[in-house]
Amino acid sequence: MTDTREQFRPEGHPNDHFLLTTVVGSYPKPKWLNRVRELYEDELDCDAEFDRQQWQGATDDAARIITDEHERAGLDVVVDGEMRRTEMVEYFAERIEGYEFNGPVKVWGHNYFDKPSITRDVEYDEPWLVDEFTFTDGVADRPVKVPITGPYTLANWSFNETEKTEEQLAYDVAELVNEEIGRLVDAGARYIQIDEPALATTPNDHAIVGECLETIAGGIPENVRLGLHVCYGDYSRIYPEILEYPVHEYDLELANGDYDQLSVFKETEFTKDLALGVVDVHTGSVESVSEIKANIKKGLEVVPPEQLTISPDCGLKLLPREIAYGKMENMVAAAREIEQELDAGTIDVSAPIASADD
Amino acid sequence: MVNVVASTPGLFPLPDPAKTELSDLKGHQKSDLVDGEEGTDVSAVYDRVRTELVERQQAAGLDRIVEGQARWDDMLAHPLTVHDNVETGGIVRYYDNNNFYREPVVTGELTESGDMAADLASVGDVDGLQAVVPGPYSLSKLSSDEYYRDEAEFLGALAEFLAGEIESFPSVETLFVLEPSLVETPPGDGQDAAASEAIDTVADAIDTDVVVQTYFGALPEKVHAHLLDADIDAVGYDFVTDHEESLYNINEYGTKDDIALGVVDGQNTRVETVGTIRERIEWVQESTPGADFETVYATPNTGLFYLPVNRFEEKLDALGEAATTEEVHA
Repeated sequence: MTDTREQFRPEGHPNDHFLLTTVVGSYPKPKWLNRVRELYEDELDCDAEFDRQQWQGATDDAARIITDEHERAGLDVVVDGEMRRTEMVEYFAERIEGYEFNGPVKVWGHNYFDKPSITRDVEYDEPWLVDEFTFTDGVADRPVKVPITGPYTLANWSFNETEKTEEQLAYDVAELVNEEIGRLVDAGARYIQIDEPALATTPNDHAIVGECLETIAGGIPENVRLGLHVCYGDYSRIYPEILEYPVHEYDLELANGDYDQLSVFKETEFTKDLALGVVDVHTGSVESVSEIKANIKKGLEVVPPEQLTISPDCGLKLLPREIAYGKMENMVAAAREIEQELDAGTIDVSAPIASADD
Repeated sequence: MVNVVASTPGLFPLPDPAKTELSDLKGHQKSDLVDGEEGTDVSAVYDRVRTELVERQQAAGLDRIVEGQARWDDMLAHPLTVHDNVETGGIVRYYDNNNFYREPVVTGELTESGDMAADLASVGDVDGLQAVVPGPYSLSKLSSDEYYRDEAEFLGALAEFLAGEIESFPSVETLFVLEPSLVETPPGDGQDAAASEAIDTVADAIDTDVVVQTYFGALPEKVHAHLLDADIDAVGYDFVTDHEESLYNINEYGTKDDIALGVVDGQNTRVETVGTIRERIEWVQESTPGADFETVYATPNTGLFYLPVNRFEEKLDALGEAATTEEVHA
């Protein structure tokens, strides 16, 4: 596959080695944005003056601030923290014809989402993320990644009230995702992450996800980096099969389970890039730089540095904002220190070195 | 005449205002969930919710009333995650669903806690009160053990623990024992008999009708046959996920004198009409010529927390009405 990583190495990167640092996507929203959303939604109900334009202004400001926060933390590739999005299925379902909403359902503890119901054939209506990307790209100094919920998850995490199978629904939605990615690429996006957490819930469906990804990747230029994020599941049930997917990178959650699943990825050579979760997004304390360095070294047991991306386990949105920032800041510091140690040759890289023609 | 009883396996969704209220009071992290030592403000919300859920079931005309298990943040793992001798590990996936719970790690003896009994008692005097507990086998699959250090001993300890909890229950009309793991990760040879014995221990703890509800599909044949060895009053079958295999099990191996039929989809917003629910109940009766059921429990196949509140309530209403109609015409 074409090397899609080098384009994201910042100019003047201090080390020879380059461990690409990024985030999965979501980030805590500034408290005032939640308040503004309430006002906006209230006003939608009673047709008063807090209008769409003011809401747009507030989300623009929030996206500007969080993009900057990512840059201040030193990330190589940034996201706007998904300031305009509600939840990973909801946001897209609101924009796709054929989905309806009935109310929130539990995910875990007191975390809920407005799980939609698919009630008829899905259709592409308006662009989903092009404005978000264009804005973020315009305010960011660093390259911007676009996380987009994958078709399998969009189908699987919805109630199916139609006569079609979930598999067929996933293929239908994959066509729409392909159309959206085409528009994002036209707008200049070069790093797209497909989020398919539902794959972890139903690992036997990995072939369906593969089929969806073939549709998604169809017609996308080679220099566009495609990643896949899968979290909170039994990876042994989808690996190594997922290596066949037409993507460059797999973003995996491993810190939450203290790397108890790492061995899964050592049994078969990891032939693509690994975006390794090095901070837990469900603990309210910031891991120290040395702790994170130890986690990064776990990744080097699986892939050589050239294939390693450094990332949190999952979206950071449920954390207090200062904790989220602390985790990113320490994560970047740890990555830079590991790069220096790799340059100096003081770290033993135990991963099998990828062959030259990979 | 067959007696059709409208019931549910519990695990209800929280009413929407309580979702927000409890989320604000408790927080969003692993450590913020129910641990059995909630403060009075949190307990007050749960007490109110319990009353609301009981009233809603009564309004729907259900014949069995559950306390709703609104406090079960960790779903079926709840009785363990609140236990003093159990630590909670990372959040892990709850079966093959988009739901998570804190994995209970048993680090000491499973002594009696009285947690479930207290919730049940707080309902007060209600006609048709039904208790709901996780089955011992499912609990063993949802947790990990660092104390008993032996699979068989651990399963036995879980059964004794549940039996102890049940012994302190107030008087109930029915006990539902939820055993989805018998389907999802079925026990192998030898283990299947042990799972059945563990259920026996649980059922023996109470002198009332005991229903073992199985779901997420049909039981493997051998597991089903062993389950029938347990001294229980009814097996619950998931006729939503796999009606053909469920029917096959009943016709091939028989079942108890009573039966629970999971005929309402607890995981889909498409609401079954009263007519559809009745058709499904009648279809099972007509398709099991060898059986002559005394009591048929008409239920959702799974707990109902998967649903948004509006659909949850519509399903309760349809179920209540279908059972009433069925009794008149059967």
